[in-house]
Amino acid sequence: MESATTRLQTKAPMMPERASAALNEARLQVRNLDFFYGDNKALKNIDFDLPARQVTGMIGPSGCGKSTLLRVLNRMYSLYPGQRATGQVLLDGKNILDNDVDMNALRAKVGMVFQKPTPFPMTIYENIAFGIRLHEKLSRSEMDERVEWALTRAAIWGEVKDRLNSSAMGLSGGQQQRLCIARTIAVRPEIILLDEPTSALDPISTLRIEELIDELKRDFTIAIVTHNMQQAARCADQVAFFYLGELVEVSPAEQMFTAPKEARTQDYITGRFG
Amino acid sequence: MSTTMNASSMPGRPKDMKASAALGARRRRVDLIIRAACFIATAIGLLFLVSILGTLFWNGFSALSLNVFTDITRPPGSNGGLLNAIIGSLIQTAIGTAIGTPIGLLVGTYLAEYAKSTPLAHAVRFVSDILLSAPSILIGLFVYQILVVPFGGFSGWAGSVALAIIVIPIVIRTTEDMLRLLPDTLREAVIGLGAPKWKMITLICWRAAASGIVTGILLAVARVAGETAPLLFTSLGNLNWSLSLSAPMSSLPLTIYAYAGSPYQDWIALAWAGALIITLGVLGLNIAARSLLRK
Amino acid sequence: MPEQGEHIVRSYEEQLKKLQEMVARMGGLAERQVADAAYALIRRDTELASEVIGRDGEIDQLERDIEQFCVRLLATRAPMASDLRLIIAAMKVSNAIERIGDYARNCAKRAVVISQQPQVGSMTGFQWMAKLVQENLKEAIDSLVNQDAAAAERVWAADASVDDVYNGIFRELLTHMMEDPRNITAATHLLFVAKNYERIGDHATNIAETVYYAVRGGALPEDRPKGDTSPYAVVRPPV
Repeated sequence: MESATTRLQTKAPMMPERASAALNEARLQVRNLDFFYGDNKALKNIDFDLPARQVTGMIGPSGCGKSTLLRVLNRMYSLYPGQRATGQVLLDGKNILDNDVDMNALRAKVGMVFQKPTPFPMTIYENIAFGIRLHEKLSRSEMDERVEWALTRAAIWGEVKDRLNSSAMGLSGGQQQRLCIARTIAVRPEIILLDEPTSALDPISTLRIEELIDELKRDFTIAIVTHNMQQAARCADQVAFFYLGELVEVSPAEQMFTAPKEARTQDYITGRFG
Repeated sequence: MSTTMNASSMPGRPKDMKASAALGARRRRVDLIIRAACFIATAIGLLFLVSILGTLFWNGFSALSLNVFTDITRPPGSNGGLLNAIIGSLIQTAIGTAIGTPIGLLVGTYLAEYAKSTPLAHAVRFVSDILLSAPSILIGLFVYQILVVPFGGFSGWAGSVALAIIVIPIVIRTTEDMLRLLPDTLREAVIGLGAPKWKMITLICWRAAASGIVTGILLAVARVAGETAPLLFTSLGNLNWSLSLSAPMSSLPLTIYAYAGSPYQDWIALAWAGALIITLGVLGLNIAARSLLRK
Repeated sequence: MPEQGEHIVRSYEEQLKKLQEMVARMGGLAERQVADAAYALIRRDTELASEVIGRDGEIDQLERDIEQFCVRLLATRAPMASDLRLIIAAMKVSNAIERIGDYARNCAKRAVVISQQPQVGSMTGFQWMAKLVQENLKEAIDSLVNQDAAAAERVWAADASVDDVYNGIFRELLTHMMEDPRNITAATHLLFVAKNYERIGDHATNIAETVYYAVRGGALPEDRPKGDTSPYAVVRPPV
């Protein structure tokens, strides 16, 4: 990826269309999305795409609706009465907000990793196998293979391969979070939603997760909500800035952090919000 | 660094060292008085506890012999034991727990995972809390009305049901509390993998809350093992050897109740032994529960 | 976006202001050097010329200070967007100003030599060129201080006239040298001086480009009006 500084040194005009790093075609499209917590409108007319096999960073102050949007994309909000979404979220041409959507199948396609690591109270092996068993019947050897694959992709295989049968609760925070990522990818989703996945981790564990995100985007479409602007700058191909329930700007990351289009974006990312 | 605001100046008058020293002395006095009061109250409480336990251990251990565990209750002067009472207690407590635990577990799960804060949930929670603190004699009378009178006699079954009714609210309360302690993100993580809700509850939530729930069950067992009142009108007590649940059944608390009030020295000694056995059993269960919860 | 709110972190806001002030001070120094060097040349004032030479160290020191300060800001503040562009621009501009200072010193050195030679032609061209370059430089620095992209764009477009004057001086000096070989020493030095001023003009343009990017976030179009035809003054290159 071209870094911001080399970009600055080139004399090529920075017109928006040429500045855009090529974004892939949309894997998931959000159209005219409104979201309500009871009577409170938390998202207002959101329109944007998740480009396939790229990372979309979602930034904005607390309560701006970025996490809410993430929870719309896998219908997590449906767990709670009084929360509803209107509009369209198109995945494979189907509006996932429709009532007839099989939510368990949807969540197998759109996986999610949370802010705090949430290992299940069982062995490391069972943590991974749990999600797989929900959707597939695998033989013992196939299961072993899949568990190893998932742990390897999540870059934690080397650390846990000798203690697959010990409790997942004994892992460190960073390891637990990678285990949760492994658990998510074990189900082989197409889209992975990350809700502030590193906010509870130390800087080194954070960088490991970021490296992992970079690695995973070869196969998965990723959306990451983060409060850490530098993290969005490091990880994301495309960045969306939310403010007070509105999507203020979606731009390629390099443009977002060198020359954003909107004044509100600029104020936020330079630390000028009053 | 700051230019516009003088951040270093604090509001209020400057400190008067003399005044604050006086204030400090006053605080120390009050502290001393309160500390002394707390200490004395604790000492009084401990005194009672120690004397109760001391009497119990003194009288109980001296009456304890192998015979107590191997022989059944016999007429005064014939050197009987407590075997039928011990077995009766174990059976009724076990059956009562076996009936009460699943019901309590499911109701607690319903409250924590499904009903949450609906009006029905509030109603159930309220009733359960009343049941939790209801005098146990009332429960005995209730079971007497519905099981003893219609079926023509006292029985082990009736005693077990009465104990089950005491177990239920305890298990409901601990199950709900333990499930509520689980973070919502754990539930979301399970749902996020595409799991249906029943799998989330049975495979993850119960397991995550297991130590707490088991602790609640152990405490419920400890509670009912020592209950006398609900058994008075239900299993009545039986001085003969009987394992039939359809007949009146003996139990330790009832036997203690009967023997302790008798004029015979050897019966009174046996009552002490029975009391010691129950106390040690309950103590053991409490210790087990605490160590489980700590894990 | 000239009207921005202040940073939440006040010390950061102050550091960015300080950075702008440092660059403005450096620019002011360079303007004076350029003006004094031209004056020394035209008035044959060797004393002033040596003053110019002596003052160059101050500009070099400022450049180092600005660079260090920028590195510190980059490391500690992780600047983004307009702040990032401002800091990068400050580094680039201080670099350009340092070069301008070097050219001014070089002119002053040559002014000393030239003052010992006979007068070659009139100095009107030089006067004119120095004036144009000074104006451009001043406006470029001002555009940085005021974060004024429009002014920067004007400077960027104005460089063509400097090039025109330079072409005129080049031809004139060439003519003098052909007329009388005794003029060659002075004329050669004068040629270098003219070239230096032309370079200073170029750097002023670079500064304007940088300022434009810092303010607007986009670069100016690639093709700048260029007027330096001196490479073809005597012979045309084969097409």
